[in-house]
Amino acid sequence: MSTTQNTNPSVTGPASANTQAWQGTPDMRGHFGPYGGRFVAETLMAPLDELAEAYAHAQQDAAFKAKLDADMADFVGRPTPIYHAERLSEKAGGAQIWFKREDLNHTGAHKINNCIGQAMLAVRMGKTRIIAETGAGQHGVATATVAARLGLSCVVFMGSEDMRRQATNVYRMRLLGAEVRPVESGSKTLKDAMNEALRDWVANVDDTFYIIGTVAGPAPYPAMVRDFQAVIGRESRRQMLERAGRLPDALVACVGGGSNAIGMFYPFLDDDSVKIYGVEAGGDGIESGRHAAPLSAGRSGVLHGNRTYLMQDDNGQIMGTHSVSAGLDYPGVGPEHSWLKDIGRANYVSVTDTEALAAFHECTRIEGVMPALETAHAIAYAQRLAATMSPEQSILVNLSGRGDKDMASVAEAAGETL
Amino acid sequence: MSALEPTEPAVNRLTQRFSDLKAAGRTALIPYLTAGDPQPAATVGFMHALVQAGADVIELGVPFTDPMADGPVIQAACERALAHNTSLRDVLSMVARFREDDTDTPVVLMGYYNPIDRLGLDDFAARAAESGVDGVLIVDLTAEEAPDVVPSLTAANLSPVCLIAPTTGEARIKMICENAGGYIYYVSFKGVTGSASLDTDALAGQIAPIRRATQLPIGVGFGVRTPANAADVSDVADGVVVGSVLVGQIADHLDDEAGARDALSRTLGDMRAAIDARDDKRKVKQTEEGEHA
Repeated sequence: MSTTQNTNPSVTGPASANTQAWQGTPDMRGHFGPYGGRFVAETLMAPLDELAEAYAHAQQDAAFKAKLDADMADFVGRPTPIYHAERLSEKAGGAQIWFKREDLNHTGAHKINNCIGQAMLAVRMGKTRIIAETGAGQHGVATATVAARLGLSCVVFMGSEDMRRQATNVYRMRLLGAEVRPVESGSKTLKDAMNEALRDWVANVDDTFYIIGTVAGPAPYPAMVRDFQAVIGRESRRQMLERAGRLPDALVACVGGGSNAIGMFYPFLDDDSVKIYGVEAGGDGIESGRHAAPLSAGRSGVLHGNRTYLMQDDNGQIMGTHSVSAGLDYPGVGPEHSWLKDIGRANYVSVTDTEALAAFHECTRIEGVMPALETAHAIAYAQRLAATMSPEQSILVNLSGRGDKDMASVAEAAGETL
Repeated sequence: MSALEPTEPAVNRLTQRFSDLKAAGRTALIPYLTAGDPQPAATVGFMHALVQAGADVIELGVPFTDPMADGPVIQAACERALAHNTSLRDVLSMVARFREDDTDTPVVLMGYYNPIDRLGLDDFAARAAESGVDGVLIVDLTAEEAPDVVPSLTAANLSPVCLIAPTTGEARIKMICENAGGYIYYVSFKGVTGSASLDTDALAGQIAPIRRATQLPIGVGFGVRTPANAADVSDVADGVVVGSVLVGQIADHLDDEAGARDALSRTLGDMRAAIDARDDKRKVKQTEEGEHA
């Protein structure tokens, strides 16, 4: 058992006092402090071990890295640019706001960074069938895309409620050759899609690779997905030094499961001067109870294979969540975020549906960049934060995805029909 | 307590029951029900009915919102129980009420870790023991995480029943058995509960490495649907676990509690008869072989 294993989860404090705490995480058992680990049915332990071993080998293999880099460049379109949102900065009246343009990736969001990595691993392991869960549909589309590219069969589990909200993405996945399986159990959203994907995996472990779309789930997923997404932060760090001549003073990213956020944050963890903000979905407001903000208002528990902050009731049942954005509508969060919160290296805040929609419209109108509703949460907080900072300072927002998929939701919120 | 020390508690109802059955040459019949399904007031009556129909051990499921290792039948049972807000505390009081009329039949709680974690592990263990629970099977507790949990259970004389799957290699079997108590629950196929049928011929070979690793009795579950399945399993295992078929009977009689109870009794009774007949046949054969030797 590692020395960090029993670290008191209530430890908080300034980042400077804990600059080493995240190093060496996760430990051998996949723990980030008290979080993470593996809580799954025994049937899944053999495939998880097989995956961890294959991933460890792939990391040491220069050919794997070269192939991944080539696809990231030619198929995804990396590196994505950073962009100085001058008019938004001026309007906020404080710090300079920059965007890391993950919306310019193929398929329109950061999700594909991880999908390519995992799908290449699946091929390496001899798996012929890919499964995935999806909420907003972005991860499902990215998975269906790489499955088409690599000639793998693909089944995407999606809550029937989310299928209604994201009908266009459902159609995109089908065009790409994926089967989209509606999930009718529980709350019919992302968490239930993940349950169903885990059930499918248990029954089909021999030929099936489960591409989890976020930094949650049993080890090795949280660290592996982080590693595939960390390209965002690595590029950003270099680009900010080149373009702005210095590191940003703050990073802002939206957090559902937390993959775009950890991808941005991870390469900056050792930079003491960079403050880190994760923005959760505040829904109708934290005080209303109708939200999806486990780090802001949840408690430690065990779900979907890992220990992390969860939205749960006094009896340990998982609570229904609410957010205008399907991609943030999840009662848990990646275990590394739980650990970064407890040690005080990152701050987790929330933004309501109304604030996110306002930021969506403002960014669209004055920057000509239409963000995903998930991303709009990060923009709303960046505007608020910028106003408290000086014009010499800068904030880098992870513009994690584009908003085309959200037309129906935005219209519905405005009382319009398309 | 170190995880490496023997974790089997002193005698409890569960260990006693298995040693009695072994001495008598009998196979344990272990029905599963989800507590609170279709409503909390029905559960204790169902438990007594199962005992009368021949249950040796009862596995009582603790409802959870996200039962990721269960199939649609038990998932639906969880949803019915949760519609009545059946909590872990409620399940413990059901066991306490069951104990007012039955002090012999071992009860094993089966469920997911989060409700236990929320209540607090040590608090849970103390309350469970006080309510008359004898064993706990936490579906999503892996052998890697078990050392943080099992000592609290064994300290309260609760047997930590563990799962072994067809995908479990020999090294893991050893690791799991080190932390296990009561019996080993062998998941007879890859999949969720209630989703396929049993290949009894393959079972003997799959169980052999578990026998080499532990003296604990082995119960086989997942896929036992018919009396014939149950009898076949009794040839190779020490216990037969029946779940989805029984829960399915409850689902077929949602507004008819007496009807559900009768159906549970009949279904389990038929399995009991089939297992007993096979146990008897085996004993006669062994006696004959003994005489010829």
